[in-house]
Amino acid sequence: MSLLSRGVLPSLRSAVRFASSGRLYTKKHEWVVVENGVGTVGITDFATEQLGDVVFIELPDEGTEISKGDSTGAVESVKAASDIYAPISGTVTEKNVKLEEEAGLINKSPFEKGWLYKLKVKSEDELNKLLNEQQYEQFKKDEEAAH
Amino acid sequence: MNRLVSRSTFLNAARCFSRTSEVSAKQTCLIETHKKHGGKLVEFAGYDMPTQYGDFSIKESIIHTRKHVSLFDVSHMLQTHITGKDRIAFIESLTTADVQGLQENSGTLSVFTNEKGGIKDDLIIMKTDKDFLFLVTNAGCIDKDLPYLQENAATWRSKGKDVNIETLDNRGLVAVQGPEMARVLQEGTDIDLTKLTFMKTTVGKVYGIDGCRVTRCGYTGEDGVEISVDPSKAADLVDRLLASQAGNVKLAGLGARDALRLEAGLCLYGSDIDENTTPIEAGLAFVVAKRRRETLDFPGAEKIVKQLKEKSWPKRRVGLLAPPGRCPRSHLPLIDPLDKCAIGFVTSGCPSPTLGKNIAIAYVDKSHAKEGTKFIVDFGAKQSPVEVVKMPFVPTHYYTGKK
Repeated sequence: MSLLSRGVLPSLRSAVRFASSGRLYTKKHEWVVVENGVGTVGITDFATEQLGDVVFIELPDEGTEISKGDSTGAVESVKAASDIYAPISGTVTEKNVKLEEEAGLINKSPFEKGWLYKLKVKSEDELNKLLNEQQYEQFKKDEEAAH
Repeated sequence: MNRLVSRSTFLNAARCFSRTSEVSAKQTCLIETHKKHGGKLVEFAGYDMPTQYGDFSIKESIIHTRKHVSLFDVSHMLQTHITGKDRIAFIESLTTADVQGLQENSGTLSVFTNEKGGIKDDLIIMKTDKDFLFLVTNAGCIDKDLPYLQENAATWRSKGKDVNIETLDNRGLVAVQGPEMARVLQEGTDIDLTKLTFMKTTVGKVYGIDGCRVTRCGYTGEDGVEISVDPSKAADLVDRLLASQAGNVKLAGLGARDALRLEAGLCLYGSDIDENTTPIEAGLAFVVAKRRRETLDFPGAEKIVKQLKEKSWPKRRVGLLAPPGRCPRSHLPLIDPLDKCAIGFVTSGCPSPTLGKNIAIAYVDKSHAKEGTKFIVDFGAKQSPVEVVKMPFVPTHYYTGKK
């Protein structure tokens, strides 16, 4: 059988895409990128679009120990408020203080300048439970179809 | 109006304004206009409605409305004519209004009350110079209001009375709100807007479209009108208003509308008022007309008038101001800082773009309802101080004809 018919090629492609952004996702629309044991956490463009213009962001302080699934802060727009849940466990090493001055940065650049906090990763195993880009895209599609 | 937003996860935020796809939501006569202008459609009260248009954010849209003028599609609301010679007595039997005492072509905000004195819905009643009353009721309450009106009318007819309910199905209703409204509208109508003061209604030609019912009212706190228009002409009307050079006219969606009404201290039905709140508890004593306080002939009258006369209401709707940071939102508990007792809960809240402050509407015990009272809003992991303040949060600019 050819590679194609066994579906190896598509999965290769997704691996490439996965490697390119390195982002992993939760079903609650947070993302995390891990490099050298340090994770950078944010929320996705889908989340910021749903919220509209963000006016306030509450972030966890440096040194805070968080467990996967904890509520670690909140994002507020005129329209709604939303908890931010930890995608993985670890200890907060830095928060994006720029967001405290200019919350709107998260709308303009959710994946780059609008990151929320960095943490020292407790267990890389937890990353396996997260969605890759392709799975996340599919998850959003399924959710939309369900409503 | 039904509840628009609540505290939630992103997904629920999305769901609250649930995205519309193949679901069988109804559409107003302005659906193509919404699509043409990039309206982000969500399902609200059974209709596909825009929360905002394109990249013009909710915040920008709110500021725009306060400075210039915005158009809102409110065609999802139920427009009804009550006809028959007993129409005034009929509507008075269900509401707190003094329709008898109203001048022709003027109207009032009122409420349908239940037997417990709670609010079934809020509505606008206009006493026209024709042979009908014109009602506008909430979209979210259509399924209970309409059968309620029809059943009661049937009962009246069975007793030999003359009253009929005629809904204006699909008719357009466009709210034009903001300080530049009069300039923009006057350019396109022979109706003298200087004489059409707050809560007055008339029929005329607007931008070439005949038979527009123009009522000086709205739900933003700004000067404004609502124009009831033939559905086939509604899109045309909106296009012509948008093209006006007499003001800066933009479309605005439900997102802006919700925050604008909150800034103006106005109630959202289903959140700030419902079947379990009386007009007195809601701070809406003014809708209970003087004559009706004597005649006591509307549902729940005794309870409502007793609360009013004895000031015996157990809880009260108040405005809250919160410091920068987390904003109090619907359903959050309010706590007395000394004895840690729950003294109430928030029913609406948002960061006010006009004030740059966090504002909220809440119900609190009588003991904590006084202006200046301070207590705590409980976010769960965090608490924050709040203070009772006077509403409206943003001064209103209704056109009363007086300077």
